[in-house]
Parts: sequence; C-alpha cells; structure tokens
Amino acid sequence: MYDIVKKEVLSPGVLLFDVAAPLIAKKCQPGQFVILRIDEDGERIPLTIADFDREAGTITLIFQEVGHTTRQLGALNKGDAILDLVGPLGKETHIDNFGTVICIGGGIGVAPVYPIARAYKQAGNKVISIIGARNADLLILEKEMAAVSDELIITTDDGSKGRKGLVIHPLQEMIDAGMKIDLVMAIGPVIMMRSVADVTRPHNIHTIVSLNPIMVDGTGMCGGCRVSVGNKNKFACVDGPEFDAHQVDFNGLMARQRMYHDHEKTERCGGGSCKCNK
Amino acid sequence: MQQVKHKMPEQAAEERRRNFNEVALGYEAETARAEAARCLQCKTAPCRQGCPVEIDIPQFIKHIKDGDYDAAIDEIKAKNNLPAVCGRVCPQEDQCEKFCIMGKKGEPVGIGRLERFAADYAMAKGREDKAEIPAEVLGKVAVIGAGPAGLTTAGDLARMGYKVTVFEALHAPGGVLMYGIPEFRLPKTIVQQEIAALRKLGVDIQVNAVIGKSYTIDELLNEEGFDAVFIGTGAGLPHFMDIPGENLNGVYSANEFLTRVNLMKAYKFPQTGTPVRVGRSVAVVGAGNVAMDSARTALRLGAEKVYIVYRRSEEEMPARHEELEHAKEEGVEFRLLTAPVQVLGDDKGWVKGIECIRMELGEPDESGRRKPVPVEGSNFVLDVETVVMAIGQGPNPLVQNTTPGLSVNKRGNIVADEAGATSKEGVFAGGDIVTGAATVILAMGAGKKAAAKIHEYVQNKKTAR
Repeated sequence: MYDIVKKEVLSPGVLLFDVAAPLIAKKCQPGQFVILRIDEDGERIPLTIADFDREAGTITLIFQEVGHTTRQLGALNKGDAILDLVGPLGKETHIDNFGTVICIGGGIGVAPVYPIARAYKQAGNKVISIIGARNADLLILEKEMAAVSDELIITTDDGSKGRKGLVIHPLQEMIDAGMKIDLVMAIGPVIMMRSVADVTRPHNIHTIVSLNPIMVDGTGMCGGCRVSVGNKNKFACVDGPEFDAHQVDFNGLMARQRMYHDHEKTERCGGGSCKCNK
Repeated sequence: MQQVKHKMPEQAAEERRRNFNEVALGYEAETARAEAARCLQCKTAPCRQGCPVEIDIPQFIKHIKDGDYDAAIDEIKAKNNLPAVCGRVCPQEDQCEKFCIMGKKGEPVGIGRLERFAADYAMAKGREDKAEIPAEVLGKVAVIGAGPAGLTTAGDLARMGYKVTVFEALHAPGGVLMYGIPEFRLPKTIVQQEIAALRKLGVDIQVNAVIGKSYTIDELLNEEGFDAVFIGTGAGLPHFMDIPGENLNGVYSANEFLTRVNLMKAYKFPQTGTPVRVGRSVAVVGAGNVAMDSARTALRLGAEKVYIVYRRSEEEMPARHEELEHAKEEGVEFRLLTAPVQVLGDDKGWVKGIECIRMELGEPDESGRRKPVPVEGSNFVLDVETVVMAIGQGPNPLVQNTTPGLSVNKRGNIVADEAGATSKEGVFAGGDIVTGAATVILAMGAGKKAAAKIHEYVQNKKTAR
C-alpha cells in the first residue's frame, strides 16, 4: 500500500497528491511515469511523475478527474492509501545543455513539463516556458514554472489570464521574430502537441512530445500503447513516452484514445442517461 | 483392464461457451482410484523420463490407488511446487503420458488428471505442505519474474534453506498463469493458493517491482546483498504482423486481450475497472494455445462468430489437441490455409473486416513443416469487428538492456546453458526468456535445474572464501 501524505486542489477537478513511494522517489527521473491501481477491482492507469522528493521518499502526482478511475482517485484523501504503484516506467528525458529550450505545457500537461523544465534549467539552458489552459481557474503550477524558467508566458483560451489564445501563438511569434530555438518540449492534449509539431516542422526545430496513450501493464507486454512513429510501431511505455514530434502519427493516436470512450458510457452509465458527462 | 482413460467430467460445450467457469471438473475420488489402478507400476517407470520436474509418478499413483491421498500429494510436492497448475495445463500427451506403456495398446494412464486430483484434494482440505526447511540460511537469492520458471526456482531454493525474494513487475504473482491462461482453464484462485503455499515456505514476493527500473541486476548483486540472481522474465513482448490497419481500434495483441480479461477481470466490467471490447464477430490470427485461449475467451465475452485464421493446415497447428477440440466443440470456426493481408477500418478508425488470402502448402521449410504459399488472386474479406493477433511473443528486453555482461542471442533471448548459467557470474536464467515461448512445464523444468545450479554456485563461492 502507498500512503497519500498530501492532497491539494490545484484547480477545479485538478488534484495534487504526494504519495509515499521511497523506491520510486529514489530512482525516478524527469519524463518518467508510474502506473497505479487504486483497489482490488481497479484498472491500471498511467500518470506522469510531476515531482519527487528523494529524501522524504515521496512522489507528486497531478491528475485531472476525467474518467471513472481518476474520479475515484480524486475522492481519496490524505491518510488513504493506493493499493498498487509501479515505477519509474518509461525512458527518462534526455537532459543536456542545448541552448535555448521552449517548454510548453497545456492544461494538465504542465505537471510533467515542470520537472523537465527544471532539469533543463539546471543543465544551463535558457528556458522559455509557455503554459496554457482554457481559463485562469484551470491554470496550474504558475509559480513553480516561473521559478525554473528565464521567461514564462501564460495563455488562456478566454483571456482570463495572460494572453488570450493558444500556446502555439507565442511560439509562432518567437519563430517569426527569428529567435534561435534549439529545442521545443511540448506536453498536453494530443491536439495541442500536434499543433506544436505543425508549427515547428517547417522550421526544422527539434521538437519532443510526451505521449500518454491507453496502457495496461506499462512494461512492454500488452502493446496497447503502440503508436506509429516514423511509420514504425513503437510502444509508448518502453520506447517512450517521449518521441520526436515530427515523426508521430497524432491522428492515429487520437483515434486509439477513443477506444473505450463510448463503451464506458454505455456500460457504466446506461447510455449516458446519467448525465455524468463521461 | 480398461483400455481407455476414465473420463473427466466437464461442462457441456453449449453451456460453458458463455461462462468463465472451469471447463474440466476433475475426478471424484472413486474415479481417481479406478484410474490409478490402471497404472502397471512398471519398475522402469518410462513415464518419468517425460517429466521435466522429475516427479516419481508410479509412486504417487500407487498412493492414490491405496486411497492415501496425503501421501500422494507429498510425493508430488517433493518435486513439483505447482501441481494443481500442472495437472491442468501441462501437455501430458507430449510429456509423461507419451511414454506410458498403457498407451501402446490403448490410452495412457491419465497422469495429469491424477496429479490434479491429488492437488485439488489437498487444497480443498486446506492441507499444509510437509516441508522441513533447514534452520540454517544457506544464502540469499533474487528471482526476477513470478511466473512458472521463477516460482519453481524460488520454491526449490526455499526448501533447500535459501532466503528467496521474487520480484514481479505486475501487481499479482503468477506471470502467464495469471495474465495469460484463462480462468476457464486455470482458475486464478487455484494459482493464488499454490503461490500462498510457496509463501508459507518463506518465499518473499515483491510485486510492482520492475527489474531494470526499480533495481538493476548489478544493484541486487552488489548493493542488496543477493548471492545469485535467477531471471525468469518469460516471453512477454507481443508480436504484430506489420500489415496495414493493425493500429485500428479493435485490434488487440493476444497479450493485451488476455491480460485485460484474465488479470484485470474485464469480463466483470463495469464491476471491475478495466474494459475490453469485443464485436459481434472476431478473428483470432494464429493457431497455438494462446490463439485457442483468445478465441474461446471472445466467445465467452459474447461474440457470435469467432474465427481462427491460420496460414497452414490443421496438421501444423501448434495448439494442444485438447484445446483444439474444446474450441471446435464450443463453436469456434477455423479458416485454415488463410493469411491476413490487411485489417480494414471504417471512417472512425474502427475495424470492420480483415482481408485475407488463401494459401496452399508447398515444400517443407526450415521448421520441417510445409511452407504455405499464397494463391494469387484469392483474396477475400471476413467481416469482423475485432482482431486478436496471437502469432507469438518475444523476450522483453528490459532486464537484458540494463545488465552489462549478459549475453543475448539475435532474437534477444538470454544465452544460458542447460543448467541455467549465463555469461554473467552469479546470474542464471531459464524458461521462455532463454528458449523463446514454450510451455509452463518446460519453464518449470528449467527453473528446477537452475535452482540446483544456483545452490552449487553459492556453496562453492562460500567455501572458496
């Protein structure tokens, strides 16, 4: 059992947990993830590691209540425990001094970007971060991102905080202004990552995205997380989760993420009549 | 004397094809004794040469005949840590029973059925193992993977007096016995009871521990104080065909399909959290035991039509005869000499069919089986909504990639000798990770040999000190 030692509501429906997991905290690196199972009947879901404290032996998980399991997880409190937690899984982010790195986080995607941005900063890069959300209430980790970035740009869809618009708009402007960009790291909804890839592709700016497809085991055993990268199938759990954005088949990935969407609705909610908006 | 085996009662095909309860129901005591009486008690015991874990077969059968079931299970357990499992899933027709003298004129003694009877008897009675663990601890051994190979090594070493820790990546021990073989062939409570018995021997099982991530092998040997490591990580990496349409929604690897249903109990969704989708018709590609398991699982999930698509003919099918017969009885349809060309999708990215081509058998290939060659222009489409790829599994590279000095062959399997020794000192391996995908009992045999070798290695090292 893995104890929840801290619970914080970051924004409506977005929660932060610190979980006691000394072995994972000792080993994990930016870019890696865990798989958890809440109880005996639970499903296994992957979550990226938003932070870690090696001394305290805790890892930080930030998640949005979007489905059955994340809602069930959100109902737990400090002092409760999670039955199974396995990790660190996946390859760690390649950290080096590249020069100027743009770190982009959309919505809940800011959480995994944070430790990566911090590591880039520590490695001597100039880090410019762009974080975005639908509105000001949903924006997370603003202070933390500011602390590890040379410059922080905020965008919201409705303009309630920072610039009105999408995360790709400031990126496009930097490129148009002729800024020398050595690397772009983008994590967020698939559609956002696809847009970022579309913006940087014509300029040959090396761009990395972190994928979070449907997974069962997270160790390369099921192949459910397969995604076409450069026309070859890769398993996001062991070959990734980070890939060259210009090689990823985002449309295929989006289709696969919908695999259980309707099924869950029908089976769990009697065809959606319960209005739980699943 | 009766020339055929006593029949084991089983659920009728029409009933069982829609439920996940065990198909075969096991002998009653009276039938077991009658079957045991068919054993000739040959002095030479040819059956024993077919048993990879070296059970004294005539002896345990004699105990059953005499009605001393406790003695029977003690005899089996002296060699085999997982008898209730082996009695159900061993291909006895290729092992012990193949050598039975009774099989020359009629059917061999039902050794597997008798093993199962003894194991189930002991479990039902809640009988504890008669094992005397030496007081002195001989050493500390780490086992990677809680499947058939690893559990066997762990059990044998524990009986010898070693402190054994088994590291398992998934949340439950058992490996393929838990995620792969379906409930209707091997109930998961049986697997967990066998494992509970190993824990009683002092075996410590750490779940959620991915070696290569949580610890490396070098860390286990150099920092965690283990004298030796056994790698039994199995054949866990699913193969795909590399044909167009394989990433459509509705295409599963057999590993994913079976893991969802067996380990995660998706057949009870939404009572359990893991969903699985099965359409009205399903194509399972391949004809091994895993393919049969997938096809029969699909039926039980409610599919109306389930096809086995196989490029060779029935004669070349790798599945056990019994599995094949069970699948046929339950209504699985066989499309033999048929190979998939591509998976067809609808505009939303879902499977709507599988295009196949007919094959004919040509000259024998390197496996000795006649090579299937496509018949030009014979393409046709099977209308299916789900495709399960059951064309084999390779080795998961996680441990090998993080263990310098460990030799692997070109397929990625760990190179180990007959006794399980690898190229790296103190590191042993056995089962599917060495041989490629094979059977539960062969993995157990390898685990047993490795346990003996590990004992020898650790004691030599201690004497040399």
